[in-house]
Amino acid sequence: MTEHENSMIEGQVIDDSTEITIVQLCRRCAVETELVERLVAEGIIEPSRQEGDMLYFPQSCTRRTRIVLRLRSDLGVNMAGAALALELLDRIDRLQSRLSVVASPVRGRNRR
Amino acid sequence: MKYKDYYDVMGVSRDASQDEIKKAYRKLARKYHPDVSESDDAGERFKELGEAYAVLKDPEKREAYDQLGSDWQAGQEFRPPPGWQESAGFGGAAGGQREHYSDFFEDLFGGGFSSQGRAGGFRGNFQADGQDQQARILIDIGDSYHGATRSLQLQVPEIGDDGRVYNRQRTLNVKIPRGIKAGQQIRLKGQGGPGLGDGRSGDLYLEVGFRPDDHFRVEGRDVYLTLPVTPWEAGLGGKVNVPVPSGDIDLSIPANSGQGRKLRVRGKGLPGREAGDLFVILDVICPPADSEAARRIYGEMRDELGFDPRSGMRRS
Repeated sequence: MTEHENSMIEGQVIDDSTEITIVQLCRRCAVETELVERLVAEGIIEPSRQEGDMLYFPQSCTRRTRIVLRLRSDLGVNMAGAALALELLDRIDRLQSRLSVVASPVRGRNRR
Repeated sequence: MKYKDYYDVMGVSRDASQDEIKKAYRKLARKYHPDVSESDDAGERFKELGEAYAVLKDPEKREAYDQLGSDWQAGQEFRPPPGWQESAGFGGAAGGQREHYSDFFEDLFGGGFSSQGRAGGFRGNFQADGQDQQARILIDIGDSYHGATRSLQLQVPEIGDDGRVYNRQRTLNVKIPRGIKAGQQIRLKGQGGPGLGDGRSGDLYLEVGFRPDDHFRVEGRDVYLTLPVTPWEAGLGGKVNVPVPSGDIDLSIPANSGQGRKLRVRGKGLPGREAGDLFVILDVICPPADSEAARRIYGEMRDELGFDPRSGMRRS
């Protein structure tokens, strides 16, 4: 394996405008296609489009897939439980980002 | 090598039943799971917990661990007793994918790959692609305004010459592109898990997040700032200087602006093809009434303004 102690690496920025195929999704999360299909059936991830047999996903699905995998293997929850946890985590994320915008005057002042 | 007190890690007594151990694990796992927990050291704690549980849930491993005696202190210098591996029988632990635990664990219960397995395993034409890997990187908001270079420390499991798995510290200098926002990922080609044989290396994906900032908050590409202003700046209007990561700006406050008024400065949010906006939220701070002059002015305001902020509150 090569060392990269001092060289600077430039990466490629990807976000939800970047789509990945089901094959890439499986590779990035080290799972079989059957599991991805179960995640879709459970409504945890949703393909952005389909072309022939090939499903395309927004890249954020990798994050959701990984979290579900971890929750399942680490906490022993089933697919539905993981889906629920993921939904609650999303809600916490949204509330926290709203909180940080609304409540940034930390002195606890009255707001209109 | 440091001794690890697995009972202490799991918060159970040395004579805890297997049921109690399982229960303690479930409880702590929910608390420290990195996807769920809010504490900064959750990842570390969770890994430690997993290691402790891997030993204590397995009656054979637990018995072997108990044989070391209870006189050890966590963190104490430790060497396995002579002939440990042979007598305990954990030497040739099976290979495959699993978590890499502490050196303490590895020395007691064997590495992920046995040397025998390795000798027979990889022939000349064997190849496999490396795994894609994921890491999280926290940057400052200013880094997105200007672009930056961040140095990243990664623990990379590697198979040593003796066939066992070691953690190697690896440093990557990564370019943080201007205009990056939370939730985006930086893909570093070929920086993931190494391939075997002629297999190609996996990619490393860095998920970007912003470090909490004392003044600025980010939503998408829009940046929010709560700006303290005086009552006369808010009331009479005027220009105030606002420090923004992209450089100071002169903000015009319209006259008769109240507490909490939101002013939009177009294009001064995170840069990009479509730059975000900067939202300045006015926070009117009243001066302390700690001088004769201040008390006089507050008195004049009371007498002349007839202002009642509670007029909308009705007793029901």
